Formats: sequence, C-alpha cells, structure tokens
Amino acid sequence: MLHIVACIKQVPDTKIIKMNPKTNTMDRASAPAILNPYDAHAVEEAVRLKKRYGGTVSVLTMGPPPAVKAIKKCIEIGADEGYMISDRAFAGADTLATSYALTKAIEKISQIQPVDLIICGKMTIDGDTGQVGPGIARRLDMPPLTSVNKVKEINIEEGYAVVHRKLEDGYEVIQSTMPCLMSVEKEINDVPYSSMTNMLKAARYQPVIWAVADLEDVERTQLGLKGSPTIVSKVWAPTKPSGGEMLEGDAVQQTEKLLNLLLEKKELFAVKGGSGVEL
Amino acid sequence: MSFEDYSGIWVFIEVKDGEIVPVSLELLGAGKELADKRGTELAGVLIGENVTHLADTLYEYGADTVYVYDDTIFKNYRTESYMKALLECCQKHKPEVILYGATSTGKDLASAVATDLPTGLTADSTILDIEKDTGLLLASRPAFGGNIMATILCKKYRPQMATVRPKVMKALTPEPGRRGQLIEETASIKEEDIRTKVLEIVQFTTQKVRIDEADIVVAGGKGLGSEKGFQVVHDLAETLGAAVGASRDVVEAGWVEHHHQVGQTGLTVTPKIYFAIGISGAIQHIVGMQNSGLIIAINNDPEAPIFQSSHYGIVGDAFEIVPLLIQQFKQVFNGEVVDHV
Ligand SMILES: Cc1cc2nc3c(=O)[nH]c(=O)nc-3n(C[C@H](O)[C@H](O)[C@H](O)COP(=O)(O)OP(=O)(O)OC[C@H]3O[C@@H](n4cnc5c(N)ncnc54)[C@H](O)[C@@H]3O)c2cc1C
Ligand SMILES: Cc1cc2nc3c(=O)[nH]c(=O)nc-3n(C[C@H](O)[C@H](O)[C@H](O)COP(=O)(O)OP(=O)(O)OC[C@H]3O[C@@H](n4cnc5c(N)ncnc54)[C@H](O)[C@@H]3O)c2cc1C
Repeated sequence: MLHIVACIKQVPDTKIIKMNPKTNTMDRASAPAILNPYDAHAVEEAVRLKKRYGGTVSVLTMGPPPAVKAIKKCIEIGADEGYMISDRAFAGADTLATSYALTKAIEKISQIQPVDLIICGKMTIDGDTGQVGPGIARRLDMPPLTSVNKVKEINIEEGYAVVHRKLEDGYEVIQSTMPCLMSVEKEINDVPYSSMTNMLKAARYQPVIWAVADLEDVERTQLGLKGSPTIVSKVWAPTKPSGGEMLEGDAVQQTEKLLNLLLEKKELFAVKGGSGVEL
Repeated sequence: MSFEDYSGIWVFIEVKDGEIVPVSLELLGAGKELADKRGTELAGVLIGENVTHLADTLYEYGADTVYVYDDTIFKNYRTESYMKALLECCQKHKPEVILYGATSTGKDLASAVATDLPTGLTADSTILDIEKDTGLLLASRPAFGGNIMATILCKKYRPQMATVRPKVMKALTPEPGRRGQLIEETASIKEEDIRTKVLEIVQFTTQKVRIDEADIVVAGGKGLGSEKGFQVVHDLAETLGAAVGASRDVVEAGWVEHHHQVGQTGLTVTPKIYFAIGISGAIQHIVGMQNSGLIIAINNDPEAPIFQSSHYGIVGDAFEIVPLLIQQFKQVFNGEVVDHV
C-alpha cells in the first residue's frame, strides 16, 4: 500500500492581486487566498495513484492558521489526511528553510506511516521558484524527479517508478527507485469537481497541527528568516512601457500604414527560406 | 566561511544533442560583465559525454577557464550524477557565483546543488549585477506572477547562485581563436550509486518553427474566439514564414499546444517582430515578449493594455485586419510594391 505525501501551499490569487502604486507593495487583502493551482494537480495525481495502486494520501502544508482552508480543499479533492506545521519560527523562510521545515514534518509523518512517494507542485504562483520540491528530495536523500507530466508506472514490489519528465522540446522517460519525490506539471491531469461526499468530509475535517516543539531533532537556526540564506532586499513594480504609435484610419488605411512603416524601416522579411528581417 | 577563499564567476554549461544550449552562451555574456566588474575570471563548467571539444566555443564566447567532466556516466542529464560533479568542482575550486539557465535541466540541478552546499538560490532572475567591492550578487526576478520585481541577496553564504531566464541576457559576439584554459576533472561517482535511469528521450517533431528562435512571431489570444478563429494567426504566420505564439488562455482552451505559449509560464521570445492579435496584454504575457524588436498589437478594444507595450497599435477587428494584412504582404512578396524596399 502506497503512502503518498502531497505538499501544498496556500497562496494569494495572483490573477486578482492589486499592487499599491504608492508603496509598491502587494495589497494582500485584495487577493483571495487559494490552494496553489499546481498543488491541486499534485493532490489529484496522488489521489489517482491511490485509486490505481491502493494506499493513503496525506497532505502537508506549512503556513499560518488560515491555511487550514487549503488542506480542506485537498480533502475535497480526495486526500485522506492533512498535516499542517504552523509557528512564528517558520516565518520568512526562503526555499532552503522551507524545505528544511517540511522535511522535519515528513520525518514525523513517516513515523506514523512510512512514506513511499512525495508529490509537489511544479511551483507556486507567488514565490514561483520551483525549488522547494528538489530541496525536500535532497534532504531526505530521495531522487528528485522534476517537471513530471505523466506517471507511467509504479511498481511497489520492486520499488521503482517510471515517469515522463517534460523537456523544452519533448519529454524523457525516467525510471527511479522509490521512495522518490516528483514535482508535477499542470498538464499531468485535470482536477474534476469535488464529490458531495468529499465536500462533506472536508467541511468537518480538522488537520493535525504541529508547532516547532512538536517536531524532532530540529535545529532552530535552520528555520524561518534565520535559516534563510536569501533575503528579499528590494521590491518594485515592473515599469510599464509608455506605449507606441496608434495607427489611425479605417482598416485598409491602418494596414497600409503598417506595411509602409515596415517597408520604410526595412523590416521586411526574406519570406521563403529567408534568413529573416534586417533592422 | 571565509569569503576571500571564493573567487570567479561560473556558468553551468548545458549541452543538448551534442550542442551548447543557447542560454549558456547568454550567461557567459552576462557572467563576463560580472567578472570584469569584480576583476576576476569567468569559467564554464561543462558536463557530458564527448563534450570536451565544445570548450573552444566557450572561450570564444568569453570563458577564461573551462572545467570539464567528460564521461559516459554523464551521457544523459541526471540530477544525481551532475550534482555530484558540480558539488565536487565547487568544493575544490570555490567560485563566488554560479549561474544556471532557468531551463528544466538548469533549475533541477541548481535546486539540488543549493540544498547540498548549502547556499541561497535566486530563481528565474532577469537582471544581474554585482557589488564591485563586496562581490555581493544582486539578482532581480519577477514574483507573484510577474506583478512585482524583487532583488534577492545572499549575504552570508558562498557561492551565490541564480537561475536566469533564457533570452534575457545577451551572448557576446564570439571572438574567433580566443583561447582559454582547460581543466579536466573526474568525479568520484559510480553508476550503481545513481538511482535513476533515462529509458528514452522523445522529441516533438510537430514544432515547425521554434518560437524562441524565430525572427517573427505571430501570436494570438482568446479574443479570436475559437480554434477556428485562431486560424487567421496560422495564416499570417505562414505568409510571413513566422512562428505561431499564443497566450496562456489559448493554450488552456486547447487551440494550440503548450510549446506555443509566450509568457511567464511559457516561453520568453525575442523575435525581431512580434504580432499580438486579440491578446489583452496581461503582465504575465508581457514579460515573455517585451524584449522583442518591434511589437505590433491588433485589438478591438482601444483601452487594451497591450497597446501600452507595443510600438504600433491597430484598433480593429482581427477578422477584418488580419486578412487585409495577409493580402497586402502577399502583394509585396510577389514584387508588386518593390519600390519601397
Ligand atoms: C518576492 C519574493 C521572491 C522570492 N524569491 C526567492 C528566491 O529567489 N529564492 C528563494 O530561495 N526564495 C525566494 N522567496 C521565498 C519563497 O517564496 C519561499 O521560500 C516560499 O516559502 C517557498 O518557495 P515557493 O513559494 O517559490 O515554492 P516553490 O518551490 O515554487 O513550490 C514548489 C512546491 O513546493 C511545495 N511547497 C512550497 N511551499 C510550501 C509550503 N509552505 N508548504 C507545503 N508545501 C510547499 C508545493 O508543492 C509547491 O508546489 C521569495 C519570496 C518572495 C516574497
Ligand atoms: C501565475 C500566472 C501565470 C501566467 N502565465 C501566463 C503566460 O505565460 N502567458 C500568458 O499569455 N498568460 C499567462 N497568464 C494568464 C494571463 O494573466 C491572462 O489571463 C492571459 O494572458 C489572457 O489571455 P488573452 O490575452 O489571450 O485573453 P483575454 O484577456 O481574454 O484578452 C482577449 C483580448 O482580445 C480582444 N479581442 C476580442 N475580440 C477581438 C477581435 N475580434 N479582434 C481583435 N481583438 C479582439 C479583447 O479586447 C481582449 O483584449 C498567467 C496568469 C497567472 C496567474
């Protein structure tokens, strides 16, 4: 029986986010908190693997108390158990400190039930580094499998997994020993609407919540801001380009103007088999 | 940790199908500026099978030194083998900065190396600078889906590491015959220690023109209404010998495949001409195409933000404008208006 841990994060919805133009900071209140979209796919994949091979799906998050909502969302998707680590000491963590804290929590979860597979999202939509997954894998000495867009096979008896790993212009098929960690692309699956049963279960569900003191062998200096080698020193809004020339007239006049401008600037193209534009 | 022991700017050189991946050459260009500012040397770390000869190209693009790990064990990229080589190289020669392309390989490798060293890693940087006296790397990057830019520092650890987006840095003009120093290394790694195997590599062949290499990109957005409507984009692209680009909403709607997506979570493109047709101009799209030579926007909404980021704007219905453009371009190419050229 597989025990899969999916790591998930609650993030501000960056589609709706507003920036304060005066302070160049993010108006967090303007953005609703959501389950990181990539993590929904991670949980969905874990649930699908559970259906295929049997087992348990646990989700894990590090975050402030309201992040319980993100765990409940995962229960709706079909996860069995939820764990949250929440403590002031975790605040300000960069990816190195985040992967350290999550690793300590996964070690504790493995004492409850040994972990065969960890699934992360490809990245978050706020920090969007994609570095946390591989960080956890290294700390637990598991092979990291990033950019996974298909889990082809899991062989529990022989202890290996075969996955497709997305590349810029194709994919590679990789076989890895288990336990391992995968971070998954969105295209790996579609997350369907939640079933009524799962929604009811989620509404009642209370995750296990641990503070730093509940974890074992933690070096406090490796947590939070203290344990983070990177710091964000300056934040600014990207400069908005000022805009160029609007071409006036009706459709024919506009397109003719454009054509003439391109011709004047010698921005015309060697079309068939040509080497491109001269500027 | 004594910072004085660490010197030199390194670039991880990614090799694919026996060739250097373009972003690695771009990073040598960026790395050269940092190295000059610091008065230190620029090195490439080249890992692979039958790759040693590529060092000559790296010197021409600015590398003073090339550390090479050339062994069958490195035939395919695997995190564990490449990481081991790079870690050993790092411990032996102590660079102050290592740059990686923010490709699937570069990001994977950098994250693993950073954890093991350990050190800080800035993701997806688009601007790099270095403090001349302290050697502090100032790596800036978009975050929160491109809504903000942040400068990230790593003050207490060395080396400082960053992954850098392809296409935002510029490679130097190669200097033919420029030479450097080759340092051949061997890593203490055995096949049985590596827990992954690459069983197969599948390359997409459907991609006609790669959008990140094309001189002209014709990109379409959700405004074209349907996969059928999107056909005008294919038509104009074909007329111009251009590559087809798309916004994320188009990809999510399934009108074209993901490798056409331009933007934050797609590809960064820098063609000489970029057409944005029926694309609203969301920041996540803009960050992927803003460095194009000439940006032309066609949109029926005069208030569309895309016009802020374009050189020429046409307000109008794409289904009227684009066929006209195709017709006029065809006339030009058939030699009917050659006078202008
Ligand atoms: C503006 C800004 C820029 C930043 N830039 C950097 C940087 O360049 N380098 C750096 O090291 N840090 C950076 N950080 C810090 C970074 O965002 C945090 O460390 C964050 O906690 C984890 O990184 P991420 O959100 O990028 O996760 P990613 O690595 O993108 O997330 C990948 C996956 O890891 C899992 N995961 C991530 N966080 C959690 C969590 N809290 N709980 C459970 N699972 C999780 C999820 O499965 C997720 O899909 C930055 C922060 C800000 C605000
Ligand atoms: C974390 C994150 C990452 C993202 N990454 C990307 C990314 O990589 N790339 C990307 O593109 N987006 C990305 N997005 C999505 C982005 O925010 C926008 O939702 C998306 O770019 C909008 O696509 P669009 O312009 O095609 O569609 P819309 O915003 O729907 O715009 C359609 C436009 O077409 C115009 N139009 C309508 N009819 C016509 C007509 N007949 N003729 C001419 N014009 C017409 C409309 O006026 C409108 O301006 C990301 C979002 C997030 C949150």
